[in-house]
Amino acid sequence: MALTGLQIYKLLPQTNCKECGFPTCLAFAMKLAAKQVSLDLCPDASDEAKAALGAASVPPIKKVSIGSGNHRVELGEEVVLFRHDKTFYNETALALGVADDLPDEEFQRTVKTINDANFERAGENIAVSMVALIDKSGDAAAFAARAKTVKDTSPLPIALVTEDPSRAAAAVEVTGEAGGVLCGATAETAADFAEIAASNKWAMVIKSNSLEELGELAEKTTAAGVKDLLIDPGFKTQADILHNQTQIRRIALDRKEKGYGYPSALSIQEGIDPYQAALLVSLGVTKYAGLVILPEWHNWQFLPLLTLRQNIYTDPQKPLQVDGGIYSVGEPNENSPVYISTNFSLTYFMLSSEIDGSGEAAHIVIIDAEGMSVLTAWSAGKFGGEQVGKAVLASGIADKIKHRHVIIPGYVAVIKGEMEDAMKGWDIMVGPQEASDIPAYVKDVWLPLK
Amino acid sequence: MSINLPKKTWPGSIAEVTLGKTKENGGSRGSEIVVGGQNALPLHLFEGFIPHRPVIAFEIPDVEPPENDWTPIVREVYKDMLNDPVAWSKLVVEKYGAKLICLHFIGANPDRLDRPIAECVGLLKEIVAAVDVPIIVQGYGTGDKNSEMLAKCAEECRGEGITLASAVDEHYKTLAAAAIAYDCNLVAETPIDVNLAKQLNILLTDMNVPKDRILIDPLTGGLGYGYEYTYSVMERIRLQALGGDVMMCMPFINFVGQETWKVKEVKMTAAEEPSWGSEKERGILWEATTAYALLQAGSDILVMRHPEAIAQVEKSIDEFMSK
Repeated sequence: MALTGLQIYKLLPQTNCKECGFPTCLAFAMKLAAKQVSLDLCPDASDEAKAALGAASVPPIKKVSIGSGNHRVELGEEVVLFRHDKTFYNETALALGVADDLPDEEFQRTVKTINDANFERAGENIAVSMVALIDKSGDAAAFAARAKTVKDTSPLPIALVTEDPSRAAAAVEVTGEAGGVLCGATAETAADFAEIAASNKWAMVIKSNSLEELGELAEKTTAAGVKDLLIDPGFKTQADILHNQTQIRRIALDRKEKGYGYPSALSIQEGIDPYQAALLVSLGVTKYAGLVILPEWHNWQFLPLLTLRQNIYTDPQKPLQVDGGIYSVGEPNENSPVYISTNFSLTYFMLSSEIDGSGEAAHIVIIDAEGMSVLTAWSAGKFGGEQVGKAVLASGIADKIKHRHVIIPGYVAVIKGEMEDAMKGWDIMVGPQEASDIPAYVKDVWLPLK
Repeated sequence: MSINLPKKTWPGSIAEVTLGKTKENGGSRGSEIVVGGQNALPLHLFEGFIPHRPVIAFEIPDVEPPENDWTPIVREVYKDMLNDPVAWSKLVVEKYGAKLICLHFIGANPDRLDRPIAECVGLLKEIVAAVDVPIIVQGYGTGDKNSEMLAKCAEECRGEGITLASAVDEHYKTLAAAAIAYDCNLVAETPIDVNLAKQLNILLTDMNVPKDRILIDPLTGGLGYGYEYTYSVMERIRLQALGGDVMMCMPFINFVGQETWKVKEVKMTAAEEPSWGSEKERGILWEATTAYALLQAGSDILVMRHPEAIAQVEKSIDEFMSK
């Protein structure tokens, strides 16, 4: 567990020498606890203090790296059970399957679909993380040839899904160092897989249906030189997934047991209903899985799953604000309506969602109101008519539209007069109080005006 | 080597809320539904007592719903009864096995059809007569008419154990009084905020609404549209409740369908966005995923629309609860 400021203070020399740049040792300790500075700044730190702080700074779940280059996947380093306690750092990697016995053309098309599964959402790129090559052929040469094709045609790391170490070795040989992760090691084959992983800098997953055995295997595999290890507790039902993934996270954070401080893997079986398969992925995303392998998939599953992952792995410590400025919903033009609102993220999300639902593309001018919602901002004096009016003019929206109408939230109808004074020649329209009434407003008020 | 698996126990537990009343209890419902009662984190059957499964309510609008919110995929299912909520209720109960329905009075909205209160109440009575499952009655939003309408529903259907949605910060007194007078449950809605949720629960209990008549609606942010705030607020409320805070111990209700079928990611067709895949399955999965992950955050009642999405989430609930 991380040390508190006071615990760290007790380990410091307590001389208040100021060499570290802080006025007192206590102030320095507080900064150390917040991980904003390094102990190196203290010239008199004892070895004891260095050891204690060093141990406390090692994350309870090891950082694991899969693949290399731009699309390298990093997992682990998680420190909490609930995202509101800090954040979830490294998002669940989603590996989509491609069977090695598909005909050439279909194989290539499938890999391409996986490569292309990335989308722009809310200013971020959300994408599938890896290609999972599934051993169906049972033939080392065929498996290796397909692995080579994936390497040559996809920038993503490869998950080699085979229980046979010799086939894995053949595929690793043709794909080279640090190409991805070996998925298929069990108690019986752990040593063989460990050797391949260690000597080729691949990551590997070790699987056991017994949580006890899993910890032992993990320790042995690490001792055999594998640097990037994931643990897969297996499952029969969704209840097992919740139980196993939760317990692994708890034991790891607790640090008392060795062998569980690794990212976990969730390997979904073939032949299940595609909705249920997708819900299993969702469970992995919300409940701590580092890597999820989905052998069979459909492109309609991408957006819901990747969006869920994006949401759950958003940092809750960030203020709930969007930047001030002009936003577009759909592809607005010079005749599109202009809505005015504050920069509180939720307000913005709801507004943009309802505008989208109205079917009428629009501009939104977001006023920086320190992340407050409309009414709060108005009561706090951050959303007065004059301020808003000036901010709208300064936003440059006038250059993007031919008309001179803007729509303000119904809750702040009172600012209309002041806005008119600040924006001579503009028509200040009072919109609905609730964003959910925007579709009706567009139909009943905006469209007839046009 | 053997490991000690942590078993987390809690001092608090969630209140049990009963929806609907059977003949024995003075109503005419064929069954009663109980939610809550657990003393463990969501679906953590391995370490606590979870006496009741989460339930799903089918949402039924009182008038033909707007297309921008009820898109073609979900309209298709109910196409012969979009303007007939009584037939719609029968269909979901008889064909899809609905155990709970939510009648959503969108037509009463003064900004839409402004249907008179008497008509709304008349419709509710028809539905009470047509199906025998417990009923949630959801208003169109907030305002005096909304409160008055819901209070009238409570009065006219007293004894049926209906659930009124929703009491909000500025309009809770009429509804609290109606819930007490006519023995109804009350949904307490607050805008994704732990403290406001607690405050409204305190206001309601101060007015003598019993704790086992209140459901918390933390406000559902749609997937991709503020979802993570709802998810975390629910986790925080539930942790406080299990920690022993009796002003947080009410079961959750989430209106999932209303945040699903209007979003861009659901509405775009595969013809418009080929890489997004079939809009039918995508929309169903969007609703199912939204509901399913909220179960992990503690949801006790999910109000949904598409029967396939509902069936998929029910199937998962079966798997969690069958241990």
